[in-house]
Amino acid sequence: MRLCLKPLELVSLMRLSVVSLWFFIWRADCSLNILSLGVGGIIAKEPPSSLQQEMQELRGSAGCLRSEPEFEMADIFYFCRRGVESIVDDEVTKCFSAQELESWNLLTRSNYNFRHISLRVTVLWGFGVLVRYGVLLPLRVTLAVTGISLLLVLTTLVGFLPNRELRSFLSEKVHLMCYRICVRALTAIITYHNRENKPQNGGICVANHTTPIDVIILANDGCYSLVGQAHGGLMGMIQRAMVKSSPHIWFERSEVKDRHLVAKRLGDHVADKTKQPILIFPEGTCINNTSVMMFKKGSFEIACTVYPVAIKYDPRFGDAFWNSSKFGMVNYLLRMMSSWAIVCSVWYLPPMNREEGEDAVQFANRVKAAIAAQGGLVDLIWDGGLKRTKVKDAFKEEQQKLYSQVLVGEQDQEDQSGDRQLEEENPEGDRNNQDSSKGQ
Amino acid sequence: MGSSSSSMDHIPNAEELMQETGFSAAHLLRLYERFEFLDKDQTGELRPEDFGAIGGLALNPIGDRIISAFFSPGQETVDFPSFVRVLAHFRPNGTNRTRNGTQQEPVNSRTRKLKFAFQLYDQDRDGKISRAELLQVLRAMLGIQVTEEQLQSIAERAIQEADLDRDDAISFDEFKKVQQVSPHPQTPTKETPLHPTEGGR
Repeated sequence: MRLCLKPLELVSLMRLSVVSLWFFIWRADCSLNILSLGVGGIIAKEPPSSLQQEMQELRGSAGCLRSEPEFEMADIFYFCRRGVESIVDDEVTKCFSAQELESWNLLTRSNYNFRHISLRVTVLWGFGVLVRYGVLLPLRVTLAVTGISLLLVLTTLVGFLPNRELRSFLSEKVHLMCYRICVRALTAIITYHNRENKPQNGGICVANHTTPIDVIILANDGCYSLVGQAHGGLMGMIQRAMVKSSPHIWFERSEVKDRHLVAKRLGDHVADKTKQPILIFPEGTCINNTSVMMFKKGSFEIACTVYPVAIKYDPRFGDAFWNSSKFGMVNYLLRMMSSWAIVCSVWYLPPMNREEGEDAVQFANRVKAAIAAQGGLVDLIWDGGLKRTKVKDAFKEEQQKLYSQVLVGEQDQEDQSGDRQLEEENPEGDRNNQDSSKGQ
Repeated sequence: MGSSSSSMDHIPNAEELMQETGFSAAHLLRLYERFEFLDKDQTGELRPEDFGAIGGLALNPIGDRIISAFFSPGQETVDFPSFVRVLAHFRPNGTNRTRNGTQQEPVNSRTRKLKFAFQLYDQDRDGKISRAELLQVLRAMLGIQVTEEQLQSIAERAIQEADLDRDDAISFDEFKKVQQVSPHPQTPTKETPLHPTEGGR
């Protein structure tokens, strides 16, 4: 397989170099290329510079620098370029589609740019299909069914025990065993790093979210209390069974909206030091494991220790991302079980606490940055909810504000109202005042 | 690279498009995939709502103007060739491949780029940027951050500087001239001759 991948790697390398040449030519060009951009974002765009920096470049290249920044007709170029760049490729939608690979891993589902290459590769692929669907899939399905039914039966049995200590001890063992079977069912090869930082009782464990399998991967190594909505059907049965032996937190659909209720229940659970740490995914939705999106602040408002965990999947063996708009749960699980394997790394990060004078949002961002840094993921400001809803107007106002600061200068409100008075008194001189006020 | 040939078949008139726009096969394919991605209901054409779903565009102050630049007047949908033709304006200048016998100006020439930007201002396509149109763009770019008077004076100055034939509107030639000349002296301009508070704040 190594031999076959080499020509593929060469091909993609060539492509990468062509595209990067494109970018370098663009950068070397001067002001004329304000309205040019590179197409084909296989590689990342050039490092994002702020609005102010780009405007300076625009104006500087148009001629001698003005001492007084003013509106120029060319200012629109900046917004125009940013707009068209986002049409060609943008950060947010990239997060919600599966990550692209540099060379093919012989799974048709990862086959984006690689069409028919050669007969040899196709034969290998055919052989791979046979192995995956004929041998691996039945084995894995059997294991999965065994694991889930054992979980159901054993947790219910343990729930009948009267002695509390015995019950929690046994439930821990039962949970661990069943999750290990499930992990084998998926052929998940997990490497845990920094186990000394494993979450302790009375804390909250936060992790980046890529797939529902994240739960199994983390629960394989320790016992957590899960938080979520109460479902019906098979999921509901599993949830009810689990609750009998260990304290998970399931919310009814109606209760989910009530933030105070949620916070109270979480707080109560955390305050009880005998209870397991809670596992929460603050992004709120599945992201494709190349970046970390905005953490919702709700879980960071509770006063307790936060244990961040970074999970990074290796996409070469199977893409773990659950694109919920494309695949249902069963379809997704089948795809998982017919991949080569799920290889991932889990890093336990040192515990963090909210500091003095830090509010929940800042704390959330700090934790997010730590997770992104450890997992090698891109740290984004965007809200995962953008998958389904539109961008808030607040972001647009932010852009307008930045631009107006370039024009008008960063001034207090007093200055501006002072200028306005002068303008009314002296209509001819109002432009003069604009000049002098914009100067600094 | 034989890898892209099979999927190029999906793209109608790929060869002509490549000639016309100067995109390579790989880039055309890339754009086609992007087009398909944006086309959520798989109709083969894009609507304004499909563009509106892009996050980076929704927060852009002139986002809706950029979107309407893709649609010809009166049209409600954009097909792939039109999509690519508009994006072709943005190709970098330095990479034009020489084509035999074509005398016409390449799509991504400086003039075409400026024309695109001009049309962002000139929404009614009458060939001139009127004061009202300029005010609209300024309002879009600045939002509630500046007052009405400031806006008016900014627009006033911009027209004063650019409008050479004194018809109170900026034509495309005047627009081009503004970009070319390095037009901004640091000394007081003609509007501010002798005001005592000028400069040195």
